[in-house]
Amino acid sequence: MTKANAGGMRRLLLRRSLFGLFTLWVVSIVVFVATQALPGDAAQAILGREATPERLAALREQLHLGGTLPEQYFAWLGKLITFNPGISLAGGKPVVQTIAPMLLNSSVLMLCAAVIAIPLAVFIGTWSALKKDTAVDHVTGVITLVLASLPEFVVGVLLVLLLATGFLHLFPAVFVLIPGQQVWSNPAQLVLPVLTLVLAVSPYIIRIMRATMLEVLDSQYVQQARLKGLPERTVIWRHAIPNAIGPVAQVVALQLAWLIGGVVIVEYLFRFPGIGFQLIDAVTNRDLPVVQSLVIVIALFYVVVNLFADVVTLAANPKVRTAQ
Amino acid sequence: MSNGTAGSVISRSVAPSRAARKEGLLRRSLKSKRTVIGLVLSILVFAVAFLGPYLTPHSPTEFVAAPFSPAGVGGPFGTDNLGRDVLSRFLAGGQTLMILAVLATGLGVGLGALTGVIAAYRRGWLDEALMRTGDVALAFPQIVLALLFLSIIGPQLWLLVVMVGLGHLPRVARVVRGAALSVVERDFIKAAESVGIPRWRILVGEIVPNISSTLAVEFGLRLTYSIGLVAGLSFLGLGLQPPTADWGLMINENRIALTISPWSVALPVIAIALLTVGTNLVTDGLAKAAIGSDEGVKA
Repeated sequence: MTKANAGGMRRLLLRRSLFGLFTLWVVSIVVFVATQALPGDAAQAILGREATPERLAALREQLHLGGTLPEQYFAWLGKLITFNPGISLAGGKPVVQTIAPMLLNSSVLMLCAAVIAIPLAVFIGTWSALKKDTAVDHVTGVITLVLASLPEFVVGVLLVLLLATGFLHLFPAVFVLIPGQQVWSNPAQLVLPVLTLVLAVSPYIIRIMRATMLEVLDSQYVQQARLKGLPERTVIWRHAIPNAIGPVAQVVALQLAWLIGGVVIVEYLFRFPGIGFQLIDAVTNRDLPVVQSLVIVIALFYVVVNLFADVVTLAANPKVRTAQ
Repeated sequence: MSNGTAGSVISRSVAPSRAARKEGLLRRSLKSKRTVIGLVLSILVFAVAFLGPYLTPHSPTEFVAAPFSPAGVGGPFGTDNLGRDVLSRFLAGGQTLMILAVLATGLGVGLGALTGVIAAYRRGWLDEALMRTGDVALAFPQIVLALLFLSIIGPQLWLLVVMVGLGHLPRVARVVRGAALSVVERDFIKAAESVGIPRWRILVGEIVPNISSTLAVEFGLRLTYSIGLVAGLSFLGLGLQPPTADWGLMINENRIALTISPWSVALPVIAIALLTVGTNLVTDGLAKAAIGSDEGVKA
């Protein structure tokens, strides 16, 4: 890579990173407005009937409900970016301590799903493209269309009915974490949540991989490679797949970003101790500091994943990489 | 006066092709067996949801037999966690889901299309501002956006519709803007502008009809997602509240007893699955039939 190209790429990434930061800032405002600035007293809403004047005053203090709105916002933001978003109203522990282990658990879940889904989907998509208009291609088309239609909790419940409680009894239907153990200590418990996420994410990647491969296989450079008499395997692995990765990376990123939304319902369904399960718990208990922090963490994840996809797209596409 | 005449001449010259195109989209899509299957599935589940409440053998909140009675006791599919008839609750529990999903889809696709068309037509700073705002909004997974507001305001049905709809908005706007960009460059738009037709009439009368295939496909796609989101939020306990009968709620209430009383979970899950597969098959059929009629539609 030449110096000028590296500079162009760095500038592009810098711009994307700045936009990511801007996004997070706007997200923080939305979260703040949604949770604290809406009409009505947040402290009163949380405590409900248990509100005594002393408890109200204490909670107002903790939620920074004193002062003007901008003052409240900056006090809140300051604590947030110094990793001190307050105390969980439900558990009484600091929010960071409450969230951190759950974040680790969710990361394990999503990592497992991504590591299985991405190569599998890229493989099936490529295969389907190479076998265009055969039975394999048609069956893949129908299955991906059906799977793409189903909401993730429906996929999860159907899997439980098929593999845990109804026809077969292969895997546990709910996740039980024994204190002192890690989520990966009993891998059989991970199977159904991971499988649900894999089935939910793969269809889109398969479809875009198939479409991109068909386009690439039709291109002049692939025809040229074939005319040179290169073996079909070399044509596919050296010429076709590398050129299909760029567009697919964008869809993969969208799907990974989607994973963190999907994880909310899947974790709740399987009682998996992760941030999604915790978010529902916090929402039900009106544990505002935890809700606020989790939403920001989820947005941060989204921004990072998209930045990563931009890097992959740039690295895979010489046209974008060298563009100024 | 002369302006008005010129405008109507332009509209008339566009009208026949527009009508032919619309008719063609439906007819072409129904040539595919998949679309027909999808349509049959969707109509079937919609019929169950809307006629069901009038056909319940028991009241959906009435105690009929011991909780989690097996199929045949208390009703053909047994009883649920509080001893209510599973069949009656199933028949009564789909209507609200459908209404909420359709309303949310209408709201999201309507506002999204308006935003997308305005962005494409006006271009410049407004386009840039709308689309960048959309990019920021995309940083919230739809379910998280809904959870954030439902956690504060509480599980209100109108809020469910608004949050699911607003979640669709930036996604729809992006697609519609893409489709509308190719239309705004066309000659008949310039002709309409040159004879002084008001901007909003150009938007509604000239641009929107020319992206109708895109809108139809977007509506189908977002309806499929809305059904999943509304049912999902209801499953999480943030939709209809007990003791109302609702498919999402039924799944949540009865999933602890999957081994002894599977029907109370299986019936609503299968209904939601058939419905979303149905609407998505129709959408896929529309999208395939639309290739070539709208420049914005992709397979």
